[in-house]
Amino acid sequence: MSAAADTAAANAAATADAPTARAPWALAAPALMLFIGVLVIPLAMTVMLSFHDWGQYKGIEPVFILKNWHEIATDPYYAEMFWRTFRIAALTTLITAVLGAPEAYILNRMSGRWKSFFLLVILGPLLISVVARTLGWALLFGGNNGLVNKLLMSLGLIGSPLRFMFTETGMVVALAHVMMPFMVLSVWAALQRLDPQIENAALSLGASPPTIIRRIVMPQIMPGVLSGAIIVFSLSASAFATPAIIGGRRLKVAATLAYDEFLNTLNWPLGAAVATLLLVALVLIVVGSNALIERRYAEVFR
Amino acid sequence: MAYLELDRVAKQFGAQTVVDDFSLAVGKGEFVSFLGPSGCGKTTTLQMIAGFLDPSRGAIRLEGRDLTAVHPARRGLGIVFQSYALFPHMTAAENVAFGLEMRRVPRAERAERVRAALAMVGLAGYEERYPRRMSGGQQQRVALARALVIRPSVLLLDEPLSNLDAKLREGMQIELRQIQRTLGTTTILVTHDQNEAMSLSDRIVVMSQGRIEQIGTPQETYEQPASAFVSQFLGKTNDFAATIDRTNASARLVAGSWSAPAPAGFSGPVTISIRPERIGFGDAGLAAKIVTRIFQGNHWLFQCESECGPAIVIRQNDGQTQPAEGDAVRLAWRVDDMSLRAGGAA
Ligand SMILES: Nc1ncnc2c1ncn2[C@@H]1O[C@H](COP(=O)(O)OP(=O)(O)O)[C@@H](O)[C@H]1O
Ligand SMILES: [Mg+2]
Repeated sequence: MSAAADTAAANAAATADAPTARAPWALAAPALMLFIGVLVIPLAMTVMLSFHDWGQYKGIEPVFILKNWHEIATDPYYAEMFWRTFRIAALTTLITAVLGAPEAYILNRMSGRWKSFFLLVILGPLLISVVARTLGWALLFGGNNGLVNKLLMSLGLIGSPLRFMFTETGMVVALAHVMMPFMVLSVWAALQRLDPQIENAALSLGASPPTIIRRIVMPQIMPGVLSGAIIVFSLSASAFATPAIIGGRRLKVAATLAYDEFLNTLNWPLGAAVATLLLVALVLIVVGSNALIERRYAEVFR
Repeated sequence: MAYLELDRVAKQFGAQTVVDDFSLAVGKGEFVSFLGPSGCGKTTTLQMIAGFLDPSRGAIRLEGRDLTAVHPARRGLGIVFQSYALFPHMTAAENVAFGLEMRRVPRAERAERVRAALAMVGLAGYEERYPRRMSGGQQQRVALARALVIRPSVLLLDEPLSNLDAKLREGMQIELRQIQRTLGTTTILVTHDQNEAMSLSDRIVVMSQGRIEQIGTPQETYEQPASAFVSQFLGKTNDFAATIDRTNASARLVAGSWSAPAPAGFSGPVTISIRPERIGFGDAGLAAKIVTRIFQGNHWLFQCESECGPAIVIRQNDGQTQPAEGDAVRLAWRVDDMSLRAGGAA
C-alpha cells in the first residue's frame, strides 16, 4: 500500500519536471531511431541469421543450430581466408605507415602553395572511382607490357612480370594506395601539435637531423601513426570493392566471401556467420590495440 | 676584445628587410637585452646567432672565429624558447640530459650534472615529471636548466618570461639574474618589456623596425635617449617643441614661458625630452593647467595641458599638499635632467 503511494508520488514528481528531463531524449530520438533502425536491428538480425539452418532445396530454416559456426571453425578453407584477410590488412597498414608518415612529415615542411598542391595529390585516390583506380594499377602492371613490369625487368630486379590481377600483391598495392590519405591525415594532425621550435631546440643541443627524427619527432607523432594504423587496418580488413575487382571469385577475402555466400550460393546463414566473425574480430583488434596505445601514452599525451 | 660580435648583420625575407645594419659587441660574461616592440626583428637576430637563420649580409663572430660557418648543432649555445619547446615525451631529467647525451657525456657524470642543473633552478625532486604535468613556471625552469647544463658559451633567451603571470615573472627575473651572475654565462635576452630589460641587463640594445636605435646601459638609455623612439619606448616621457632664441647677446632655449641658457651645438627648432618625475611645480616656467590628478599610493600622477601640448608630471607622495584638478601651475625642471634633440617634436 505504502509502496504504491511512493510510486504515485514519484510519478507525480517525474511528471512535474518531465519537460526538462525528457527534452534531451526527445531531441535525440530521431537520430537514435535512425541509429537503431539502420544499424542495431540489421546487425542483430545478421547475428541471429548466422545460427539458422540452410539447405540447397529447403532454403533458410529459422532454427537455432551451430552448424555454420562449426563449419567455419573446422574447415581450414575459412581459416586460410581469414588469415589472408588480416595478412593483407596488416601489410597494407605497414606500407601506409612506412610511406605515409614520412610523406606527412615532408608535406608539413613544404611552403604554402606546394603544400596545398600535394595535399590534393594525396587526397586524390579518395576522389577517383574505385574501378578506375584499380584498373589503372592493373594497367601499370598488366602482364609483360605493363610499365612497372617493364621497368623492373629492364632493371633486372625481376625475371618474369609481376602478376597483379588475382594476387595478394595486387590487393595490397591497390589498398595501400586508397588508404594512404587516412594515414597521412592522421600523422599530419599529430604533426600540427608539435611545437614549431622543437626541432631547433634539439638542434641547438647538438642533435643531428637523423637523431632529431628518431628521438624527437617520431615518438611524438607515434600516436598519430598508430591511430592511422587502426583506421587503415579496419578499413582494409573489411574492404570490399578493391578485393572484389582484383580477386574476383578466385582470390577471396572475408568481405567478398560473405558477399558470395549471400548472393551467389544464396547460403545467407553462412554468409552471416562470416560477416559476424569479421566484425567481432575487427572490434576486438581495434579495441585491444586502442587500449594498449592509450596505456602506453597516457603519461605523455592526454 | 669582444667575445661575441655582430658586424653589420642584415636579414631579408624576399624583398622585406627585417634586420639591417646590426652591429654589436658583447663582452664575456655580459648580460645584453634586445628591446623593442613586437615585429622589430629581435627573434630574427637571435635566430641568426643561433644558426637557425643565415644572415643575408654581415658577419657573426665568437671569440674572433666566424660563427656562421659553424653548423647550429656545433655552436654550443644554450637557447630558451618563448614556448620553451620542451620534449613532451621525456621527463624533466631526460629533457635536461638530452644535450649531454648528444655530447656523449658518460652516464654517471650526466646524472650528476642533470641533478645539479635541476637543483640550481629549484626543481630538485621533479626529475621524473613530464612537462605536461608541470606549471608554466616549472616548465620555464626546465628549459633554462636544459640550456645551461651544456655549459653554453652564450645563453640566448627569447622572451622566456612572457608566458608567466606578473608575480611569477618578477621572481624569475631575480632568479635569472642571480644564476647568470653565479655562472658568468654571456647572455642575450630578447624582450619587449622595458622593465625586464632594465632590471636584468648590463646593456640594452633598443631596436625599432630592424635597426638599432641605441645601445647603452639601462640608465643611459633611460636618461639620455638617443631618439624620440627610445624615450617613448622606455617609460613615460614628455616631448616639448622648443626653439633657440639668439636675439639677445646670450642665446636662450625657449619652450613657451620656460627658458634656460641655450647649450652649445644646437640651432633652430629642437625637442626637449624630460621624464615626468623630473618636472616640479614652481613659480616660473611652462604655463599649464591640471586636467586630471590620479593618486597611485607612493606617487601622484598629473595630466596637464601646457602651452607646448599635453604633459605628464609625477610627484612623490611626500606629504606636501599637491595642486588640485583645474589649478593653473608652472612646470619647471633642471637643465641637467632633460635631453635635447635637434628637430621638431616627434
Ligand atoms: N620566415 C619569415 N618569412 C617572412 N617574414 C618573416 C619571417 N620571420 C619573421 N618575419 C618577419 O620579420 C619581422 C620580424 O620578426 P621577428 O624577428 O619575429 O620580430 P620580434 O621577435 O621582434 O617580434 C616580422 O615583420 C615578421 O613578420
Ligand atoms: Mg619574437
